Amino acid sequence: MLATRIIPCLDVDKGHVVKGIKFKKIRNAGDPVELAKFYNDQNADEIIFLDIGASHESRETMLDVVKQVSRQVFIPLTVGGGIRTIEDMKRALHCGADKVAICTAAIKNPELISEGAAIFGSQCIVLSIDAKRQGDGWYAYTHGGRQNSELDVIKWARRGEKLGAGEILLNSIDMDGTKSGYDLELTRKVSLSVRIPVIASGGAGTLSHILEAVVAGKADAVLLASLLHYGEYTIYKIKKYLQENEVIVRW
Amino acid sequence: MIGIIDYGAGNLLSVKKALDYLEVKSKIIHSGKDFNGVEKIILPGVGAFKEAIVNLKKKGIFEKSLEWLYADKPFLGICLGLQVLFEESEESPSETGLGFFPGKVIRFQNKKVPQIGWNQVYIKKDSPLFSGINDSSFFYFLHSYYVISHDREIIIGATEYGARYPSIIQKGNVYAVQFHPEKSAAVGLNLLKNWVTLC
Repeated sequence: MLATRIIPCLDVDKGHVVKGIKFKKIRNAGDPVELAKFYNDQNADEIIFLDIGASHESRETMLDVVKQVSRQVFIPLTVGGGIRTIEDMKRALHCGADKVAICTAAIKNPELISEGAAIFGSQCIVLSIDAKRQGDGWYAYTHGGRQNSELDVIKWARRGEKLGAGEILLNSIDMDGTKSGYDLELTRKVSLSVRIPVIASGGAGTLSHILEAVVAGKADAVLLASLLHYGEYTIYKIKKYLQENEVIVRW
Repeated sequence: MIGIIDYGAGNLLSVKKALDYLEVKSKIIHSGKDFNGVEKIILPGVGAFKEAIVNLKKKGIFEKSLEWLYADKPFLGICLGLQVLFEESEESPSETGLGFFPGKVIRFQNKKVPQIGWNQVYIKKDSPLFSGINDSSFFYFLHSYYVISHDREIIIGATEYGARYPSIIQKGNVYAVQFHPEKSAAVGLNLLKNWVTLC
């Protein structure tokens, strides 16, 4: 049976992992290569690298990180942040990324999804959606959650699927960093509206939050950042909990 | 020396990196004449069926691969590299496959497509490929189509996603896997190493 994926997300700025990481076992916890190896050893199902530096220099360093990681870590790697053109995608994939995540650039230029899918295959293209609740619905935001694109999230997710996205990375701006749980209604609505996998992100604070995202939210995978980075939970502990609650996980 | 076939769309770099990590010598094959001096062939895959076939033909690798297969020389197809061994695919009515195995490639029904993630392989037959690998181990899958094999004897591993389908095929020295061993962490590397050293 297909397992629910646990995906650590590393925010990288100029080659360093940004969120304070407090693992004792790792000599240099700010080093994305070391951290990727650490999560791989813990049975992470994939790893996502987000370049939050968003400068030319930061992107170059990021590609170098991916190159190094892909020589030592043999699980799927996704790169996001600052990918704006087909050329950017090509370079990321060439450096060892298996998938690229696009957010703002896809809203500005939806053809980036279809062109990317035609050239590299749908499985390479992850449509990242930053969603913010407003009234009864949600809107997709751009520029790291600062600008409202006024696109309805459900409609945008469906359109992204039609254009050829292979997966949706759904981040709730409202819940991000709150540790009070995923936006389950959002996750569920998007997951039931498309026929491609949905990765839930934003809001996890406890093990039961993760379980809820999978069971009630119908998420195919969950993205975790600070919860793992600060050492509150290990991937092992999360998977064990999910398994005890009849969710299929991979060991 | 292992030859990794490049037909433009494959994930040959990750396969090469995995072999480098295992300290196995490999080279990239761009044309029919690059087969010289190679003991084993890997046909990796990610991309579309039609593009793959068109490119294999354009590079003179299609015929050469068929010769290789019929001579029963060591071969490993990965993902799309498994699918093109069959006769035809729903994905590409106009271009037929290598046709080395009887059967066709069809799209998943009533499930999220593509299947992305770790799924289990149930071992159907003993093989040196499985040395040190447990039954029902998880491997990384990434595909929208799967094969229906008319020859059931060649199915040595199966996986379930909506339907139960062949995920590892073997006949003589020709092996093919529907998942990505090069992206399946330690168990994937183990399988690759088994193929290189034991198969």
